[in-house]
Amino acid sequence: MAADAPPVPALLQVEGLHAYYGRAHILADVALSAAAGDVLALLGRNGAGKSTTLKSIMGLVRPAAGQIVFDGVRIDGTAPYRIARLGLGFVPEDRRIFTDLSVMENLEVGRQQPRPDAPTWTPERLFELFPNLGRMKSRPGGRMSGGEQQMLTIARTLMGNPKCVLLDEPSEGLAPLIVEQMAHAIRTLRQEGLCVVLSEQNLHFSSLVADRAVIVEKGRVRFAGTMDELRADPAVREQYLSV
Amino acid sequence: MSAQFAVTFASVVAQLLNGLAGASSLFMVAAGLSLIFGVTRIVNFAHGSLYMLGLYGGYSLLEGLQTSLLSFGGFGRSPLGFWAAVVIAALLVGVAGVLIEVLVLRRIYRAPELFQLLATFAVVLVVKDIALAVWGAEDLVGPRAPGLSGTVDILGRHVPQYDLALIVIAPVVLLGLWLALARTRWGALVRAATQDREMVGALGVNEAWLFTGVFFVGAMLAGLGGALQLPREPAHLGLDLALIADAFVVTVVGGLGSVPGAFLAAILIGVVKAFCVALGTREWLGIEISFSRLTLVVEFLVMAAVLIARPYGLLGRPPAVQRAATEPAPPLSPPRWQVWAPALVLLALVPLALPGDRYLLVLLTDIIIFALFAVSLHVLMGPSGMVSFGHAAYFGIAAYAAALLLKRAAVPMEATLLMAPIVAGGLALLFGWFCVRLSGVYLAMLTLAFAQIAWSVIYQWGSLTGGSNGMIGVWPPSWLASKSAYYWLALALCALGIAFLWRVLFSPFGYALRAGRDSSLRVEAIGIDLRRQQWLAFALAGALAGLAGALFAFSKGSISPELSSIAQSTDALVMVLLGGVETLTGPVAGAAVFTWLKDELARRTEFWRALLGLVILALVLSFPQGIAGGARQLWDRLRQRGVAT
Repeated sequence: MAADAPPVPALLQVEGLHAYYGRAHILADVALSAAAGDVLALLGRNGAGKSTTLKSIMGLVRPAAGQIVFDGVRIDGTAPYRIARLGLGFVPEDRRIFTDLSVMENLEVGRQQPRPDAPTWTPERLFELFPNLGRMKSRPGGRMSGGEQQMLTIARTLMGNPKCVLLDEPSEGLAPLIVEQMAHAIRTLRQEGLCVVLSEQNLHFSSLVADRAVIVEKGRVRFAGTMDELRADPAVREQYLSV
Repeated sequence: MSAQFAVTFASVVAQLLNGLAGASSLFMVAAGLSLIFGVTRIVNFAHGSLYMLGLYGGYSLLEGLQTSLLSFGGFGRSPLGFWAAVVIAALLVGVAGVLIEVLVLRRIYRAPELFQLLATFAVVLVVKDIALAVWGAEDLVGPRAPGLSGTVDILGRHVPQYDLALIVIAPVVLLGLWLALARTRWGALVRAATQDREMVGALGVNEAWLFTGVFFVGAMLAGLGGALQLPREPAHLGLDLALIADAFVVTVVGGLGSVPGAFLAAILIGVVKAFCVALGTREWLGIEISFSRLTLVVEFLVMAAVLIARPYGLLGRPPAVQRAATEPAPPLSPPRWQVWAPALVLLALVPLALPGDRYLLVLLTDIIIFALFAVSLHVLMGPSGMVSFGHAAYFGIAAYAAALLLKRAAVPMEATLLMAPIVAGGLALLFGWFCVRLSGVYLAMLTLAFAQIAWSVIYQWGSLTGGSNGMIGVWPPSWLASKSAYYWLALALCALGIAFLWRVLFSPFGYALRAGRDSSLRVEAIGIDLRRQQWLAFALAGALAGLAGALFAFSKGSISPELSSIAQSTDALVMVLLGGVETLTGPVAGAAVFTWLKDELARRTEFWRALLGLVILALVLSFPQGIAGGARQLWDRLRQRGVAT
């Protein structure tokens, strides 16, 4: 069990998480933890419970049981906007760009006060990270390509100056070139000292960016360890990840 | 062209200005309604009440207010006093809107949409009685606008100065709103929340405050619209529902959530109305058309025409896919005979057990008839997924059809009970053809429009229907003259009607309806013509509502246009929602509780509406998922606990 503990004290710690959709039991006893400067990949097949885990952490799905601690504060049962204001950013799987709003307006909606213990983002800095966005500041979100929307949704969340970002399937449906840019962006966030938790089906992408991995299957944690350990364990990969 | 048709340029301009002035307030109310709906997804029935408060508030600020609690002299009839009264009235109504949001709506944002609607309707009832208590039942006629009471000569016509002021104010308000929405952070947040409020929350925005802010602005606009009407229209207690119908029409014609759309639609409707008044009665191809009488329905005709051409209004767009906030409805189960059979026997025995209790029999007859009315509405709202705001159209039209057949055509009463539902069903077939082309709020508002048309026709066609006096002497033949005989007849026919509707829901037709409600795409993909099924359901529900209406007419002996009014439609809506949409027996229970409660309260106090509203609010706030839904959620939560530990 020592291998799945983060190298430094955890910024985000989840224990014994249970969640339901109506009567369907989606998450059963999920646990994970991540620290600043740490990239954790949450792996698993479609419907394994990855998205629900991230949504539960963010307060968008109300956990039935379990404990979620962020930066020393219990956040389970807290309203999503309060969780966001504590410095936890959420990037949804389907991007959820405000299609009527321009790129700048989308960023404005995400803007929060700077915080002393996290990097401060401005539109200018974000356009350095995602140069494409800087060339379409006034374009409505609805008239952008999937890859551009994916950049915008991450940029929008970063405008909240988070300490930790939850990325739901950041590489899904993107062209290989854009996937490269995503990987670069995530590595930049890590260098900035952010904690990143990303859900992925794509083991290749995860191995480009993540330090550690947690595998979920049918709402339960089946593996927790470093990416190196996962690479060395073909049986686990075969059982829980191959299609 | 004959001389009759000669319409001079000057008169066109004069009517145009008149129409534009009338559109001014309507635009403000509709813009507020649209804004609130866009962000909160709540159809605020109480918006007309806020408008009414604006008028009353403006009146009192200007002329003073004497009540047992406070005495206020008023600003006096000076230009400064007038405009101060308008602005302060608008701000106070904004605060009233905030109170409604914070005290009521904030608690039920996660509840099903229909429950929110019910809550805002309860607010309508409460506000109406507050206004009655403070300002009394008499119309309050405001003064002409000080400083603007004269007229201006335009092309030889006298145009009131105040009308010109209104024509200027509306675009200024539009511009201000547009700037606020397009150029400020608040505006970006509002527009973002209109599309995806959950995401806005996940980005760290406190939705609750955003909603409160939107409610303040929306309510303030309604109050402003009301206060500005003071020199043109007296303040009275009927304004709330009259105006909400107008505002619904304008928002729907303009496109829900679109402020410029509301502006365009208000102008369109204001101008068309003004021209109808101006045209008066004209003869055309030998047919005499009374255009001035058309004013009551013309906006609904415009709306029907616009919705058929552009289902989402002039500047509206198809609604964004809503993230499912609530769970899908559970499967229906037919009521067990162990429950309904004894209940029916007990009800049948009542006249024998308590032969002298006329009051009880009359009340029970009402309940039984309204139970059928509510069940017929429930077939639309629940299993078919089509919420009707205007179900009383069929109730009222059938009542009139029965009465007219009896009195004018000397058709036996027994036969009218068969024919009236056919008339109502036919009407529902006609209206339904348009309605089933829409869905959700748009559909609901179109049903309201049609009901208002039915009401207007009854109201206006005085030579046939007796107009606002209604018709009297609509009594059944002698074998049904006793209260108990009529009670048995109503019980038998309503029980049959309800049983028939329930049976239908478990036929292939009923399955298709429910499947269509849950996923229209999939239903069509397996080859079902969903629109056709919905159309039939509409007609069926209309016909059975008609049976209830005809029975009601003969139970009372007299009828009035009220039977097809908005208030009657909302009564049915409240019955269904109180009892719960998710079960078949819910509407029956809702009809019983509501009818009894209304009767009981009305006998005890002048302020029964407020009490009824408070009871509804208490129920909605304590069971935001409905009584049945609340119990189920509690059960689920207990079960989850059990599994998790």
